[in-house]
Amino acid sequence: MVTLGIFDAFTPQNVQYLLGGLGITVGVSVISVILSFIAGSVIGIIQFERLPYFSKFVGTINNIIRNLPLLLIIFFVYFALPKLGIHLPIFWATVVAMSTFESSMLAEIVRGGLESIDKGQFEGARANGLSNLQTMFYIVLPQAYKKMIPPIISQLISLVKDTSLAMGIVLSEMTYRGQIIYAQNSTYIIPVLIVITLIYFLLNYGLSLIARWFDSKLA
Amino acid sequence: MDLLQNNFSTFLQGFGYTLLSSVIALVVSMILGTFFAILQILPQKWVQKVGNIYVQVFRNIPLLIITFFFFLVVAKVIPMNGFTAGTIALSLYTSAFIAETVRAGILSVNSGQMEGARANGLSFWQAMQHIVLPQAFKIALPSLGNQFINLVKNSSILAFVGGLDLMYQGNMVAANTFDTFGTYIIVALFYLVITLPLSYYMQHLERKLKHAA
Repeated sequence: MVTLGIFDAFTPQNVQYLLGGLGITVGVSVISVILSFIAGSVIGIIQFERLPYFSKFVGTINNIIRNLPLLLIIFFVYFALPKLGIHLPIFWATVVAMSTFESSMLAEIVRGGLESIDKGQFEGARANGLSNLQTMFYIVLPQAYKKMIPPIISQLISLVKDTSLAMGIVLSEMTYRGQIIYAQNSTYIIPVLIVITLIYFLLNYGLSLIARWFDSKLA
Repeated sequence: MDLLQNNFSTFLQGFGYTLLSSVIALVVSMILGTFFAILQILPQKWVQKVGNIYVQVFRNIPLLIITFFFFLVVAKVIPMNGFTAGTIALSLYTSAFIAETVRAGILSVNSGQMEGARANGLSFWQAMQHIVLPQAFKIALPSLGNQFINLVKNSSILAFVGGLDLMYQGNMVAANTFDTFGTYIIVALFYLVITLPLSYYMQHLERKLKHAA
């Protein structure tokens, strides 16, 4: 069996364990992208609407979050929030941290998308008797979202990559589980790292192809 | 405040290492990124392919995995500490994003510029270096700035490999003092000192460029 070498690391249990980690990676990413899509849209619209004081305030908070390392936010949510009496299990701490960070990224994308919509669309809709909110929901947002699909998919790619940071708080995602496997035997390091790399690459490259397809369709 | 006073030298050391790692990675990734951007626009198909594969690989795998690869695998052959391994990984990872940015910059320079330069007797490389690249960098400046902000934020990855950076020192202080809340707020402020002014300046530049266009 010594000759097999590289494949020793991939016993059925280890493969199953690693794939379970992939499930958690994908789970965190999908939940976070949905939450940050909603929160990011709200924050982006608030910034776009230029409400007195409120928009400036929200924009400043957004800029602060956007300019912090995600790793710091993850540590903060998991290790510092309990001091304020907010205790979250590891999985949800990760989701909260990633959604907070990604919302601030998506808010910028939403704001940019809204600003790229022609002013005439607002004026036309308002002139036809739609309220401000109706104009936003039925006329402007659908057009803006269409343009935003490619950047939103690249944010999803970042999310999938960034879930690996959650091993810092011992979330049992794929990178962490890989580490557990190669901790059994140091000859496992290279094969396990290669397989994890391949899985991340295939997942993200697939997503980037989808983004490119939308890009070419919309152009 | 006591927390900041008692551990000031630790935070400052971490801040120094974060800055050092970011600046080294910026220089290396600019050189690598520009190189791979040019590869992707050369006429030879296979050269384009090489550039493209490099960019796709490093863009689509987590920075943490690249860091572990250098720290756990390459370090066995070429001895290096966590700081070096992390900075190399950071440089390679960022270079893929910079390559994309610079390539977009080059493509947005009017093709007449290259043709005009060639017609005036400049070689391809001369035209690239003196005519096209300076214009491309100017267009790409706001996105390059944003890449540098990402670089500073991503340097927190050094904490995973004992890289002595701000995040690493912050974790140490948090573990020693048990004041996780105060410590992470201070760490955040140190990061913001670098990233926030840069971010506002890049927004300003972007707006200026948009008005100029």
